Amino acid sequence: MAGLIQESSPTTEGEAVSNYTINFGPQHPAAHGVLRLVMELDGEIIERIDPHVGLLHRGTEKLIEHKTYLQALPYFDRLDYCSPMCMEHSWVLAIEKLLNLEVPLRAQYLRVLFAELTRIKNHMLNIGSHVMDVGAMTPNLWLFELREDCMNFYERVSGARMHAAWFRPGGVHEDAPLKLLADIGDWVDKRLPELFGDAMSLVMDNRIFKQRNVDIAVVSKEDAIRWGFSGPMIRASGIPWDLRKSQPYDVYDRMDFEVPVGTNGDCYDRFMVRVKEVYESAKIIKQCLAEMPEGPVQSTDGKVSPPRRGEMKQSMEALIHHFKLYTEGFHVPAGEVYVATESPKGEFGVYLVADGSNKPYRCKIRPTAFSHLQAIDFMAKGHMLPDATAILGAIDVVFGESDR
Amino acid sequence: MTVVHSAPRFASNEGVKAALSTALGDMLVEAHEEHGEILLTVKRGRIEHALRLLRDEHDYQQLMEIAGVDYPQRAERFEVVYMLLSLTKNHRVMVKVTASEKTPVPTVTTLWPNAGWLEREVFDLYGVLFDGNTDLRRILTDYGFEGHPFRKDFPLTGYTELRYSEEEKRVVYEPVDLPQDLRRFDFMSPWEGADYVLPGDEKADIPPVEEVKTTEKESETGAGEETDRKAAEKVAPAERSSGSVAGQGDANPAPVDTGEDEPDAPKPTEDRPDRKPRKETARDTSGATEPEENGED
Repeated sequence: MAGLIQESSPTTEGEAVSNYTINFGPQHPAAHGVLRLVMELDGEIIERIDPHVGLLHRGTEKLIEHKTYLQALPYFDRLDYCSPMCMEHSWVLAIEKLLNLEVPLRAQYLRVLFAELTRIKNHMLNIGSHVMDVGAMTPNLWLFELREDCMNFYERVSGARMHAAWFRPGGVHEDAPLKLLADIGDWVDKRLPELFGDAMSLVMDNRIFKQRNVDIAVVSKEDAIRWGFSGPMIRASGIPWDLRKSQPYDVYDRMDFEVPVGTNGDCYDRFMVRVKEVYESAKIIKQCLAEMPEGPVQSTDGKVSPPRRGEMKQSMEALIHHFKLYTEGFHVPAGEVYVATESPKGEFGVYLVADGSNKPYRCKIRPTAFSHLQAIDFMAKGHMLPDATAILGAIDVVFGESDR
Repeated sequence: MTVVHSAPRFASNEGVKAALSTALGDMLVEAHEEHGEILLTVKRGRIEHALRLLRDEHDYQQLMEIAGVDYPQRAERFEVVYMLLSLTKNHRVMVKVTASEKTPVPTVTTLWPNAGWLEREVFDLYGVLFDGNTDLRRILTDYGFEGHPFRKDFPLTGYTELRYSEEEKRVVYEPVDLPQDLRRFDFMSPWEGADYVLPGDEKADIPPVEEVKTTEKESETGAGEETDRKAAEKVAPAERSSGSVAGQGDANPAPVDTGEDEPDAPKPTEDRPDRKPRKETARDTSGATEPEENGED
């Protein structure tokens, strides 16, 4: 490349031009958080990107080692704060795997229902901001309306709009009110397809949007595997790999849904995979609502799940259990497991080492964005500088999770 | 044990452990299966060969994660755990090596490019060295950070804290100064694996004596003039009492100086003289509380 530039060029009139380095972030609206990219440019062509992450490192894993299993749960909401309940999902499943704890069927349905609602919520933000990164404004505002609806559902089921802490080892914290389930059903039937369809009709066949995304950062199947891709990133490259299908957890094996797959592996495919996933999530939500049985929403094992408030007024033992569970917490048998679920961004894993006490010995969180962001160097090589924002938008990176 | 949990269900582990153990041969140190997870410990120097074998001949195409774990009581205190995923067999295994601060682990960036950051993370947080990784910089901690924070002997609060200094108009680093000690509650039941001895329990493990000591004569009880005299030293004189309770002597003895050392009262919390007072940030609000001079009509 250097040899080419030293020849006389029409813009520099024969003067030698060397590569230069610019700093992107850490405070940049298109960086989706605190990301610093050190970019080496040749004119407007990206030669090399060195991402600096860790600016949001809060030592979550170290903090979890000093907390009981239940106290560690809210930390997971704060990892990928765009899809909190999906983060909790991996954690509670890891604990349940070590305890070999049975979860009542209704709780499993509720978890799947809200995991899919979370997927929609996450994709609303990602699709919206990806579209805005490449220049469109309106769809983002409409999609934020839908995201707002999801947060209202969150609030009605858990009391919190974002950091729900609603999934618990052994089930969920409280049953969802009937009216809420009915409202979610209405929303999925009417409002979601209407508003989302409108917003996407502005984008999907839009000439400018396609010019900015088609054939940008093409990743082949082989590269996607080598770089440890997962979620929409690996599916856009044409590999039909979805942990909800291949390694089902909770009641995903009862659900009937399709796994959208891309053909090109470019930014447009990644975007379209997410768009299709929203419709598939809506399908799963409808099935959950139709099939959900009545019953308890927490494990019947009194040594893990706390007693109901009403019980505590009547029973001394319930009171003692409540006290012990919220001070000492439950003990998890020694062992180590790696549990990975399909979060909206890809494989979100928890490697949990338990030593038999009430606190985890080690909890390693596998962030989805770590492997994806690492690949940005090879994905962006040879592209123009403005393409970097499209690539970042299509990676769907959130730094709460990537930096932990 | 029957599986009743609802965690992700991948392909059956049946026979996998035996097959992989045979394939790894002398590279293998130990194979272990528990909680539905297969854990293979291999020799540190051979990790790259072992993972290459698993990737190329046993279809574990993806490296999802590398985790470090610290066991300070062991000779080689660190464990490095590689999580492998097979897309075609729909199966997961974990491969482990052990390492100390001084024994580098061969890099696997030659097999998977994404191992680069994962190894950097283990290096940053635990200080495990990776031989052959050409870019072993810190990744998650601050620029210029010292130490490896996820080691078990690194305190949760760390050693330095930073704040924005108004005087210097930049972020300054200072040693950690906690106004209140970090609270750590011990909620463990004493009868379920607590590692301390309850007060009074220290004698529980002493074996009983062969000849039980008894009190047979009056002189062995410890009562007598000597004891009475000593007791009188510490009790208030009767005439200063304000009343008495039947059978229990003086109800409210006045304190007298017995010459014995009393425990000190707790010392007052000290100010922090090291920290300079802030300039111009606090506003003088005395006007809000003090009455004005001409205020009373």
